[in-house]
Amino acid sequence: MADRAGTWRPPPRIQSGALRAVLWVSVGLYLLAAALTVEVELARVTEGLARAGDLFGGWLRPDFVTRWTDIRAGLLESLAMTAVATAIGLVLSVPFGLGAARNLVPAPVYIVCRGGLAVFRAFNEILVAILFVAMFGFGPFAGVMTLVVASVGFLGKLLAEAVEEIDPSPLEALTTAGASWPSRVVFGVLPQVLPRLLGLGLYRLDINFRESAVIGLVGAGGIGATLTTAFSRYEFESVSSILMLIIAMVFAAEMVSGHLRRRLL
Amino acid sequence: MPVSREEGGRSWQRHSSAQSRARFMIQLGIVAALVAAWASVSSQTTWSFVFDAGVQLRDMSMRMFPPDRGYVMVLLRPMIDTVHIATLGTALGVFIAVPLAFAAARPTTPSRLYVRPVALLLLVASRSVNSIIWALMLVVLIGPGILAGILAIAFRSVGFVGKLVYEAIEEAPELPVTAMETTGAGRAQSLAFGLVPQVLPTMAGVSVYRWEINIREATILGLVGAGGIGMALQASIDSLAWSQVSVILLVILGTVVVAEWVSARVRKGLA
Repeated sequence: MADRAGTWRPPPRIQSGALRAVLWVSVGLYLLAAALTVEVELARVTEGLARAGDLFGGWLRPDFVTRWTDIRAGLLESLAMTAVATAIGLVLSVPFGLGAARNLVPAPVYIVCRGGLAVFRAFNEILVAILFVAMFGFGPFAGVMTLVVASVGFLGKLLAEAVEEIDPSPLEALTTAGASWPSRVVFGVLPQVLPRLLGLGLYRLDINFRESAVIGLVGAGGIGATLTTAFSRYEFESVSSILMLIIAMVFAAEMVSGHLRRRLL
Repeated sequence: MPVSREEGGRSWQRHSSAQSRARFMIQLGIVAALVAAWASVSSQTTWSFVFDAGVQLRDMSMRMFPPDRGYVMVLLRPMIDTVHIATLGTALGVFIAVPLAFAAARPTTPSRLYVRPVALLLLVASRSVNSIIWALMLVVLIGPGILAGILAIAFRSVGFVGKLVYEAIEEAPELPVTAMETTGAGRAQSLAFGLVPQVLPTMAGVSVYRWEINIREATILGLVGAGGIGMALQASIDSLAWSQVSVILLVILGTVVVAEWVSARVRKGLA
């Protein structure tokens, strides 16, 4: 665009024009190069899209009835897994979160806890579930353990960040008064972070329910197991009804937890 | 603050008796729900399999070590594919999410009655369906491969990015937009200069954050055939080659740590 007199343009974020050009060009080149590695088999795509009718037709006439017993059992199992895993995760995240807060513990403890939390979060739930199914056998117990690991990684990290941001004066006052480490934590730290931890726990409840719908793919119980079965039988009407139920429950859970969180904070 | 009289004199209580009764009932309800949930999980569990987990773990670790180091070279290509899936998927996702976010945000939506609910529903639907389920459907539709993975990542990212961006739009102060309008600027101009600069940092930060999550998600899409390192993982698990599985897990761990570092650096720079 040409600069006319009287035309104002916002100053660019990156001052040097050459650097800006280099950045744009390299981003464009990368996207192009990456896109070129995508092999698209046009024949397969057209063949598949012809079948899209089956898949999306299922969305137009969802079938809640035929597999209702399985769907109900799967949903209840997912809910149970979610509740148990979130509760255990919430409790376990406290020691990890406190241990990973730089202002509370000596460096070695900090490094161990931070490292542990990083490993917990690094692997996708599905990968953890594969290992746990191998260890604990098929069923919801492996799923619960998977969700616990993921919840501790998530809640522990955010709790540690909340603890690092607390107002230090109550802690200093307690230290000056000669309070021991446990009473410093209980009276100086926890009152400041507990509402936030509970809010995060509610948020994690949402996430755990959503995740419980997928770890069933590798045998860790829940509605995911029902979904996989429906998929492998090509019963797209049941698939769509399960997905609709998941969407509806996630939506409802989000409303409720959002409301509760606003009241907590 | 309620104060109650007891034998030793007045004592302070945090909650009135009605409040503490209500709190007790809520706590009791939560505990009862947890017990019921645990009972249901426990009834579906074969406990003898759980109790020999230690044996299984030792067995698995012995098969995993030493990791098959030569296998790293084979994994290079699938890992690069995984990064491509995450990056292209995020880019496409953001591209779809931004218009949806503007359609969903109260100050910018074309119609609160018709457009806003539809946009919100699309965002929720995108978020509720995990990327691996998107991948499952897309593999049926367009066949296995990277493309299905990219689209799965993109469809899942739309809801995440869209939600955070539309919240940022709703929280942005309206004053700059009003100021633009009073100078006689049109609607599009006042949004472009009054609103967009306010939400641009959020948009960039959220996109980078989602990219980091997507790297993690892209590692498993291969399990259902949607390309990337997950396909190698599936092959190794199916052939019980645990010494390859451990290499794959280490490669994934390394990539995720690097991606997390990059994302943290970029977001620090944006803030």
